[in-house]
Amino acid sequence: MPEAATLPTRRDEAWRYADIDAVARIGATALDQWRDITVEAGETWRETMVIGGNAPELHRIRLTVGKGARGELFATNVGQDFTRLEIEITLEEGAHFEFGGVTIGGGNAVREFVTKTVHAHPNGTSNQTVRSVHWGTGTGNFLGEIKVARHAQKTDAAQDFKGLLLEAGASANAVPQLEIFADDVKCAHGATIGQLDESARFYMAARGLSPEVTQRLLVQAFLGDAFVELDDEETRSALLNAALKALEGADL
Amino acid sequence: MRKEKEHAVLTIENLSAEVDGASGTKQILKGLNLQVAAGEVHAIMGPNGAGKSTLANVLGGKPGYDVTGGSVTFKGADLFDLDPHERAATGLFLGFQYPVEIPGVSNVQFLREAANAQRKYRGEDPLSGGEFLKLAKEKAGLLKLDMEMLKRQVNVGFSGGEKKRAEMVQMGILDPSFAVLDETDSGLDIDALRVVGDGINAIMRAPDKGVLLITHYQRLLDVVKPDRVSILAGGRIVQTGGPELALQLEDEGYDAVMADA
Repeated sequence: MPEAATLPTRRDEAWRYADIDAVARIGATALDQWRDITVEAGETWRETMVIGGNAPELHRIRLTVGKGARGELFATNVGQDFTRLEIEITLEEGAHFEFGGVTIGGGNAVREFVTKTVHAHPNGTSNQTVRSVHWGTGTGNFLGEIKVARHAQKTDAAQDFKGLLLEAGASANAVPQLEIFADDVKCAHGATIGQLDESARFYMAARGLSPEVTQRLLVQAFLGDAFVELDDEETRSALLNAALKALEGADL
Repeated sequence: MRKEKEHAVLTIENLSAEVDGASGTKQILKGLNLQVAAGEVHAIMGPNGAGKSTLANVLGGKPGYDVTGGSVTFKGADLFDLDPHERAATGLFLGFQYPVEIPGVSNVQFLREAANAQRKYRGEDPLSGGEFLKLAKEKAGLLKLDMEMLKRQVNVGFSGGEKKRAEMVQMGILDPSFAVLDETDSGLDIDALRVVGDGINAIMRAPDKGVLLITHYQRLLDVVKPDRVSILAGGRIVQTGGPELALQLEDEGYDAVMADA
């Protein structure tokens, strides 16, 4: 019997802000479709993805990062319907996991990143940066669970979430969840949600920039942090441009 | 139209405005009249709380500042018909007393977008990357601001003096026909004051331009010699004169000068 033949409920912590009706429309069998990726010791694996369309999407990835290896995932989530990227990461000794994500959009869709990072061995590091920009009654979520095993000393894990709401009615949720059993570790997490800076908007208007251009520049600046660790100009631009294209369609 | 107005760049008539604050709205400008002719540098001085910054913000169109009466004519058109970015594109430059930091946006990107947005509004061709950089280098040189500073984020990590010089570099690049400079001299040391003052002269001294120079101190007026000086007090212009009025204020103070009037 498959482990997830039944639909999750919002009482499950990892599905707390999800659109369960949309999951039902995808069908429960999608819950069993995991992509398994193993990064061999010392290797580097990187993937960039633009996800989200007019129908609900569920992407589930299990990533094992070998000894001294590096796994990097960067994603722009522009779903017009419920779009969820879920990643379970297991880090071997001295491995690194890097995640940069953007959720952006209006309507009333829910877009979310859900990560579960298991620091199973010593000296592992992980860094996750998520930026969410929403309007209408759109929602962006980042649920980040970090587990540090008892012997995973010198773990250094960081999570950073910032939400930018362009209209009243939009929402963003950040749920950092830390379970730390080792005593010599660093686990940093931060979450803030705000609006566009009014004084910056007026300053830019006073230099001749229209409200639309001002908004694009400020959103672009806001999103930039999510892909700052992506060491490839071309793919970084592609991810940012996909996000800004979603903003162009905004009726604000 | 009266004859003298044909040469005025900016005409403010009976302007009243209030500001939304934490303790409700407050009437700040109470029937202000002022005219700045083409080619004129007009200094505005006045005690704290007189309404000098409010005047600058109302002219720029800052949200939270509501015009409750009167009119402002800028280059023959009703200024209040224009949104803030349209006012800028029409040639109005507002120099901020406290320039705003914009993390994540470089000066070069910001100013190129701004210059080209203004050009587009006026129906002109955009500047190419090369043309823009040449212009930016020239104006940064004029203000003795390292070109490297312009590659950094807008005003982020700039000292008070650097921010004010950067404002003037922006003014040089955007080349407005009228500048409202709100305490551009505050926070400047003696050498920087001279550089900024020379910059204002170089950029804005022209027969078809005008400047409204809001300041507390004569020292800026020693460099940017005003043609006219007005005292703003209690939300109105209470006295206008030549450059000697600023010197008299420096010697005697507002109370004495206004009591004489």
